[in-house]
Amino acid sequence: MRDLKFLLVIILSLFFLQHYLKANENFLLVDKISKNLRCLICQGQSIYDSQSDFALSMKLLIKRKLEQGNSEDEIYQYLKNKYGEWIVYDPELNKKNLLLWAFPLILFIIGGILIFRKVFNN
Amino acid sequence: MKKKTSYIILTLLFIFIFVLLFRGMHNTNTYKPSEIKNKNLFEFSSKDLFLNKKVNIKELLVKKNFTLINIWSSWCVPCKLEHEKLMNLSNLDNLTIIGLNYKDKPINAKKFINDLGNPYSKILLDPDGTISIQLGAYGVPETFLINKDSKILKKYIGELTIEQTLEIEKIIN
Repeated sequence: MRDLKFLLVIILSLFFLQHYLKANENFLLVDKISKNLRCLICQGQSIYDSQSDFALSMKLLIKRKLEQGNSEDEIYQYLKNKYGEWIVYDPELNKKNLLLWAFPLILFIIGGILIFRKVFNN
Repeated sequence: MKKKTSYIILTLLFIFIFVLLFRGMHNTNTYKPSEIKNKNLFEFSSKDLFLNKKVNIKELLVKKNFTLINIWSSWCVPCKLEHEKLMNLSNLDNLTIIGLNYKDKPINAKKFINDLGNPYSKILLDPDGTISIQLGAYGVPETFLINKDSKILKKYIGELTIEQTLEIEKIIN
């Protein structure tokens, strides 16, 4: 009888521990996602930093989406679909910002060529 | 000759960077609502303010050719200011106006409606603001013009202006 009680306590503890870990994991993920999202009404702040009604509702929505089993990427995609690219801090490569992405690379290559030529000529 | 070419390249590079930055200076840095246009409305169910019964938005859209979803709250001053314009729009035959009550206390919302009149055919509740987020809204007041097929035709952020109400009338007539 005592052994049975002991076993029950262990099973229950494991059950709660698993729930606690899962909740904690979601909690951390909400923080991570909200740090990558721009607060649209309080510019210069992320959703994570902001205490505006918009940001609070957004955090709640992210938490619910995670509980429903959505992945991090799915949530970004969902919000981009609703609010446009502007909501995420990390813009995707597209026609409009191609130059922005390519410019450092072009400069790097030109610099490399210059250095190479200088060394080679010497 | 070599020096001359370097000067030309350097000057062109400077001009290019200058034009790029100068143009960037004139770009607006604020969120524009254009992204949401022509998208399907997010389907949701929520409680009715007066009847305390769950209603699906799709059931309300089919009643007339056009629907206006207005996100409002009793604590929001611009909502009070635009209320009269909504009252006028509610007289149009082709248009249903649905209110989405944002993060409000039902008792205050009811008082607001009793004091200023009810332009809405239904008022649904959004107590934690998540329905509004899923609609693509970012605050109060905000108004969406939707057609019978659940397509968002227009989205107005902030208090409706007279020009915007005229635009709505023009679209639906």
